[in-house]
Amino acid sequence: MESFVNRYRNLTILLLVIFAQFLLLAVQVKNDQDVRIIRVWTVTAVTPFARVVELLRGGSVGFIRNYILLHDEDAENRRLREQVGHLKLENIFLKNELNTAERAKALGVFQARIPSKTLAATVIGTGAGSNAKVVYVDAGSSRGVERGMAVVTPDGIVGKVIAAYPTASEVLLATDADFAAGVVSQDGGVRGTLKGQGTPLLKVDYVPISEKVQAGQWFYTSGDDRIFPRGFPVGIVRSVRDAQPFKEILVDPVGLQRGLEDVLIITQGVHQDIPPTPATDQPVYIAPPPPDDSKPALPAAAGAPPVTEADKLRQAYQASGEAQGHKFGSGESGPPNFTGLTTSLPQTPAPAAALPANAGPKPAPGVTTKTTDSTRHSNQANGEPTGSQKR
Amino acid sequence: MAYSSGRMLLSQSDGPVSRFRAWVFIVIPLLAILFQVYVPLFFPILSFLEMPLLVVVYLALTQRSQVGGLLTGALIGLAQDSLSKNPLGMFGVCKTLVGYFAASVGVHFNVDNTVIRMLLSFFFYFFHQFFYWVMQRMLLAQQPAFDYQSWLLFGALNAVVGASLFHFLDKLRASA
Repeated sequence: MESFVNRYRNLTILLLVIFAQFLLLAVQVKNDQDVRIIRVWTVTAVTPFARVVELLRGGSVGFIRNYILLHDEDAENRRLREQVGHLKLENIFLKNELNTAERAKALGVFQARIPSKTLAATVIGTGAGSNAKVVYVDAGSSRGVERGMAVVTPDGIVGKVIAAYPTASEVLLATDADFAAGVVSQDGGVRGTLKGQGTPLLKVDYVPISEKVQAGQWFYTSGDDRIFPRGFPVGIVRSVRDAQPFKEILVDPVGLQRGLEDVLIITQGVHQDIPPTPATDQPVYIAPPPPDDSKPALPAAAGAPPVTEADKLRQAYQASGEAQGHKFGSGESGPPNFTGLTTSLPQTPAPAAALPANAGPKPAPGVTTKTTDSTRHSNQANGEPTGSQKR
Repeated sequence: MAYSSGRMLLSQSDGPVSRFRAWVFIVIPLLAILFQVYVPLFFPILSFLEMPLLVVVYLALTQRSQVGGLLTGALIGLAQDSLSKNPLGMFGVCKTLVGYFAASVGVHFNVDNTVIRMLLSFFFYFFHQFFYWVMQRMLLAQQPAFDYQSWLLFGALNAVVGASLFHFLDKLRASA
């Protein structure tokens, strides 16, 4: 560099002097936009360098970010994927917890609603056999579970206890081929025997061909098997086919549709009424049946004891008129005097014919019939309906 | 100071070395600038004379240093700028280049011949005016006319005056 300057010393000095004077000019002169030339030159001279520097900087930074530091992005992606996986697992866990809580709550509500005494249990395992439809629950004989007890869920029946161990019980599911239970259709007109087939669908056997059963109809436990109390949902009829000598009815068990995790073991069963059509079905208005011509139109006129309050009132008015010598329907005498009739209305006892033949004496109003467990057991043993069914 | 025509184009290094007294470098340029400022004021017809330029050409030609020539041109030009309405540097740049190139010519060639001096004076006047015109357009964003005919005419007149001036200034030069 020094030799270059020495060699071109004169030219270098010339350029320096010229440059210095140009600078001097640039400081003084302004362009048409009133900007000094020195500023214009400076900006013009610096901008390309700045642009190049910025280009290099941006390129370098972009290169570093996009390529050199790419492994960090990859590591971050892996970390985020792992985090997403953990969150998914946590989400699934929380959903399961929520479902468990909801099932436990539903089970508790159901347990408190039904009159039967139940024991909540959790399914802890399934049977070892490939064809055996059995599960094990965590309630055993130490908690009062006995062989033959029914196992249900709020949705419907599940099966029955076939073995009770101290800490666990073995439950035969309704889908097992050895399972059987007495069922009745929703309207109570068709009775049959529910049998498992080893398949998801159950079979209702021993239903005569003459009986009318339609798909979509509900079957409930009839209580005839002494295992399941009357009134528990069994399933919905999926198909009905006439066969010899009985109908072939396939039922989809509602108690097993949502899987088995928590169940109720009925320790003391109480028969219930067959509930009306479930909420999922549209209510259908059914008109009252027409009057039977074989029966007398007016029980009071036929000498039959009054049944309704209107009959009682009519009988009282008729008795009061006859006591005054009035002949109803003749129009010969004036109207009878019914003053004070309300205080002298006869207290007619309820006719025994209006009650079921096997029903006991009707309790007085306001008095609740108390049924003990022993009585309930004996009623179940005799196959008689109890509790609300009587009502 | 008369040289034969045979030595006219010889290298300056082969000729005698001329030196000026120090006051010449101050007084002569100053007088030339004062002439340029005041004489056209009273004699506008003499405004075509570019006395500072002729002094720069003469001093650069007679010196053997390009640096000295360009510095002489720069100083005289800046001084001329300072007394004019132009921004500082307009005449300075032009006269710097004139001083440099004139000194370059003086280094390599014998320029004591009157004709050569006149030609050089004419050329550098034209170069000076042309470069000044370029700088006016480029730096000052002015649109001066490219009046090359006037430049040629005034260049010739300056060459004539320059020949006389150079002859006078030669008397101030002392041979080493």
